[in-house]
Amino acid sequence: MMRILNRIRATGTLTEPAPDLHDPEIEALGREIKTQVDARFAGSLAIREVDAGSCNGCELEIHAVNGPHYDIERFGVHFVASPRHADVLLVTGPVSRHMETALRRTWEATPKPGFVIASGDCACNGGEFGVSYASCGAVENVIPVDIRIPGCPPSPVELMKGILALIGTAKTA
Amino acid sequence: MSRFDWLSEFLAELEEEHVVVHSGSARALAPAHLLRIDPEDWGKAAAVARNMDLRWAGIWGDEQDNDIVLSALLVNQGDYVVLRTAVLSDNPEIASHTPLYPGANRPERHLHDMLGVRFTDHPDARRWTRHRAWSEDQHPLHHDFPVAGNPPEHTPADADYPFAPIQGSGVYEIPVGPVHAGIIEPGHFRFQAAGEPILRLEERLGYVHKGIEKIAVGRDAEGLARLAGRISGDSTVAHTWATCQAVERACGMRPPERASIIRGLLCERERVANHLGDIGAICNDVGFAFPQMQCQALREQWQRHSAELTGHRLMMDVVIPGGVMINLDETAITGLRDAHVRLRDQARELFDILDDQPSLEDRLLTAGYLSPDTAKALGASGYVGKASGQAIDLRADGLYAPYSRLQFNTALSENGDVAARMGIRQEEVFSSLNLMDEMLDMLEQQSDRIDIFAELPDAPCGEGLGLIDGWRGEIVSYVRLDEEGRVARFFARDPSWFTWPALERIVLGNIVPDFPVCNKSVNGSYSGHDL
Ligand code: SF4
Repeated sequence: MMRILNRIRATGTLTEPAPDLHDPEIEALGREIKTQVDARFAGSLAIREVDAGSCNGCELEIHAVNGPHYDIERFGVHFVASPRHADVLLVTGPVSRHMETALRRTWEATPKPGFVIASGDCACNGGEFGVSYASCGAVENVIPVDIRIPGCPPSPVELMKGILALIGTAKTA
Repeated sequence: MSRFDWLSEFLAELEEEHVVVHSGSARALAPAHLLRIDPEDWGKAAAVARNMDLRWAGIWGDEQDNDIVLSALLVNQGDYVVLRTAVLSDNPEIASHTPLYPGANRPERHLHDMLGVRFTDHPDARRWTRHRAWSEDQHPLHHDFPVAGNPPEHTPADADYPFAPIQGSGVYEIPVGPVHAGIIEPGHFRFQAAGEPILRLEERLGYVHKGIEKIAVGRDAEGLARLAGRISGDSTVAHTWATCQAVERACGMRPPERASIIRGLLCERERVANHLGDIGAICNDVGFAFPQMQCQALREQWQRHSAELTGHRLMMDVVIPGGVMINLDETAITGLRDAHVRLRDQARELFDILDDQPSLEDRLLTAGYLSPDTAKALGASGYVGKASGQAIDLRADGLYAPYSRLQFNTALSENGDVAARMGIRQEEVFSSLNLMDEMLDMLEQQSDRIDIFAELPDAPCGEGLGLIDGWRGEIVSYVRLDEEGRVARFFARDPSWFTWPALERIVLGNIVPDFPVCNKSVNGSYSGHDL
């Protein structure tokens, strides 16, 4: 037990300040995020991640957002286990045809207004896979999309930017 | 037994069974030995292989003119043989290998769905990769099947898939997925349980089928490498490497030595990153969050370093046909050496704590047992195989540079439980660090001005086989290029093909709430399997 405590103490806090992106728009959003989440989402923004056909690279970076360096939960943003608890769907991958109905149903199970983030190049425009007999391509070909986060995969900082941007959109929605 | 000995024994046994080998070639698909046989002998040849204890490692088909050319990959301790035959496209029927090799079950069903090959005596006639995006009489890998297909406007759920039924008092079913509760890939699990213990698990995969084999056709080598890097994002280096190796062999060229060393280094980096992530996640799945946070922190530092070196946190698109995109200079090498020292210390301290936690032991020891016999029957490679006594490691076989110049011992255990699979991963973190240090030595012995890339010949043509040990295990990549150097056929076999069926056995008798930790200890790739 002592060794665990010592290790925890030696590790200290790794969490980094919210991304300072020298982008006045995002900086303003960054300062506002907690207020926004408090005001619009009663203190918590619940995200349901849906892999609709990704290569799993996108998932690795979404995991990282929940890790100690980024720790997105401190902004009141957390990932939930069911679409029924979600304010936002974070969708990755081109939508494979075999996932098309599952994605639609997940979307239908999300309370309205449910917001959708298309995360990663595949989700934004089909990426390397495009549209084919097996792939519907971009998420917007299947369900409406509010925000797109490009990148293959988007880095944790880009993901945080995208989620901040969504909260900005949601304010006016 | 030397390669020559066992191969001549194999040929003698085939002759004994009246299997005619029409031609053999040591070069056409090197390092594998290619043997052409008659379609009627397909089953008999597999029986001979089975008797000689060869491992079955995959099957693919390739429509050429009026034929479908079939290739099955067999292995004897690091020596590969490709059995090849041809059947007529309008009546493609052949003996199944599944009765002899249970690991062949899903690969053969995949081949049936994709190319219409009927396997006689296959014990399971159900579709596998096909859901409802194309019909039973269509086969996407036929040349006359358009890339766009003709899918229904909305592809319905594959609701009528006939799962094996179970009956009995108090027996119930739990359907899970395709959308899971965590941040993970989609797939369906059908549990049948009585009380808490699992009586049976049936997996239904194919949800993330993206048509990779089809959309590869017509690409140039660079485009193929990009696609291969997205077969399974967590194995992007290993898959791209396997595919580039296949392309390079098809062209009869080799990348410069420095490129091979850098590839090896990146591939070990990928292994370390994934093992760290999974060790943490396994602990988290039994409610121990401390290692999860520690491992995530180590992994994040590691990935940032990867981004510094390669411009990409997962090192995507760094391996390219003919070489690599980045060189490592003296500063980079020193930085890597320091990072290796740091990680070795940090991992040692953390793993010592884990080894000393009775509560962790209580949950992981004996949980999720896979017997060496089952692992062998399925042909499971990687940490799943190694934790159940299967010493399958292409690096140790010295099949490719830079490993052909490195000494390496495979981590091995017979215990077969979750603890053993985690233990193998812990050992591999350290052995990878040692290998990487040796690779840095090799780099330092060269001038960093030396080439890291060689042009492919103008119109490469031919076929090649890539064989790479990724962090999950053995990756096989097959490429055939046409006269213009474009892809005519591409097939990639992720190790997950054989560890997914292992998971169905692993969970038996375990309680349903232990499924996540059993699953995580295997961590099959959905995307790598579904293609
Ligand atoms: S955007 Fe890139 S990382 Fe994400 S799913 Fe697509 S190919 Fe994979």
